[in-house]
Amino acid sequence: MIEMFSYPFMVRALLVGVLISIPAALVGVSLVLRKNSMIGDGLSHIAFAAFALAAVLGLTPLWFALPVAIIASFLILKVGKSRKIYGDSLIALFSTSALAIGVIAISVAGVNIDLNSYLFGSVLAVSGTEVIISLIVAAISVILYLFLHHRIFAITFDADFARAIGIKTNLYDIAFAVICSLTVVVGMRLLGALLISSLIIFPTLIAMKLARSFKWTVIIAAIETVVAFVIGLILSYVFSLPTGATVVVTHLAILILVSILLCGRTSKR
Amino acid sequence: MSLISIHNLRLGFGKNVTISEANFEISDGDFICIVGANGSGKTTLIKAILGLVSPISGTIRFGDGITLTDIGYLPQELNLEQNFPALVSEVVLSGCLSKMHRRICYNKLEQQKMQEVLRRLGILKLKDVSFNELSGGQKQKVLLARALVSEPKLLILDEPSNNLDHESREGFYQILTELNRTKKITILMVTHDLDKKDLIGNKIVAIEGAEAKLFATEKYLGRFK
Repeated sequence: MIEMFSYPFMVRALLVGVLISIPAALVGVSLVLRKNSMIGDGLSHIAFAAFALAAVLGLTPLWFALPVAIIASFLILKVGKSRKIYGDSLIALFSTSALAIGVIAISVAGVNIDLNSYLFGSVLAVSGTEVIISLIVAAISVILYLFLHHRIFAITFDADFARAIGIKTNLYDIAFAVICSLTVVVGMRLLGALLISSLIIFPTLIAMKLARSFKWTVIIAAIETVVAFVIGLILSYVFSLPTGATVVVTHLAILILVSILLCGRTSKR
Repeated sequence: MSLISIHNLRLGFGKNVTISEANFEISDGDFICIVGANGSGKTTLIKAILGLVSPISGTIRFGDGITLTDIGYLPQELNLEQNFPALVSEVVLSGCLSKMHRRICYNKLEQQKMQEVLRRLGILKLKDVSFNELSGGQKQKVLLARALVSEPKLLILDEPSNNLDHESREGFYQILTELNRTKKITILMVTHDLDKKDLIGNKIVAIEGAEAKLFATEKYLGRFK
């Protein structure tokens, strides 16, 4: 098992996976609790389209997809607030359109692009640039949470109240959207466009089963996501399974396990 | 002394004007109830005072010695995820954020204030309970505690009696009356039903025909006789 990390690409996959999981889980807590979690799903499809278009246009995929995803996240947030179209329908509209454009772009570009690796991820696709970006995103979001967790709680719990007492909720919304876009774009090549949004949703759902306070929900979500990623990566290596899918199934297994254990405990009472 | 004076205030969204003219003053020590039909703009009016919506025209002037951070706010209804993980203490302490400036954590004084306000409202034993496990009346008291913990000069409440049964409503009003009398907190409260029992303050702001006018409570009630 130790030998798996003698391959540089496995070390890169481990670093990017862990470093991207933490910010995804942190912003995930706020997004899930504010019923905005599908933004991650929408963004991953848009990032997929951006990667595909970059391939067609001969641009560097990562540097094209990053700004596209950030702009898209602003649009989703803004239009979601205007309430003219329901937020979730709108995101579904964005994602399916983006997916369709991406698939067409890839087919136009020819056979030298592996659609599978885009949709479901590949450990081989992670480069040094992604390691650096994920390190920066992880550092920023951890620092943000350490310094501002009380304010983030206030916004997540009751945004109107937070605004009334002078917290600039718009700035936090933008920060969440940017962190979300960055994690999705950087993590997409590793875990796949169709699977990356699970990193935003699973940790929070699992943590909510175990914690009663907001503080512990955040802490448990951050720990759970790292544990699940490392277990998933090891299992995928040992059993030669696709990494992204194995990580997601590991999260699912933890969720089921926690639910069963808690169920047993409450029935004994 | 006038805490807030409102002049020729016009409110609405886009072309829809909800309140065409509001002129009144909130004086120190007042207990004002805002009444009006559904959709008449009661909530918009207090949101304008709180700076959450911008007026079409007119002014809202804050008097000497009061700023936005001196206002405690109890919003209408929380649209919370059902299993939202939050302890009562976390919720109440978040009311201190308006006066925290750049500080990262709550200090001892704020922790003490949180306990004190919970004790005063008779819910200290709920401190470490999860917010979503509480009854409607208890939740309302916790949100009141959150509004009070920063020791506001003005308390703004939006239909606090919603979701309360008759008994807890009376208890809640009693607490408000006491805060107004003993702690000298000025209160501005939106009430949605025109049950005379809900008109507990000394003044009424009535929104009628898109105009908001101030009455003394007795004078207002006198009109119905």
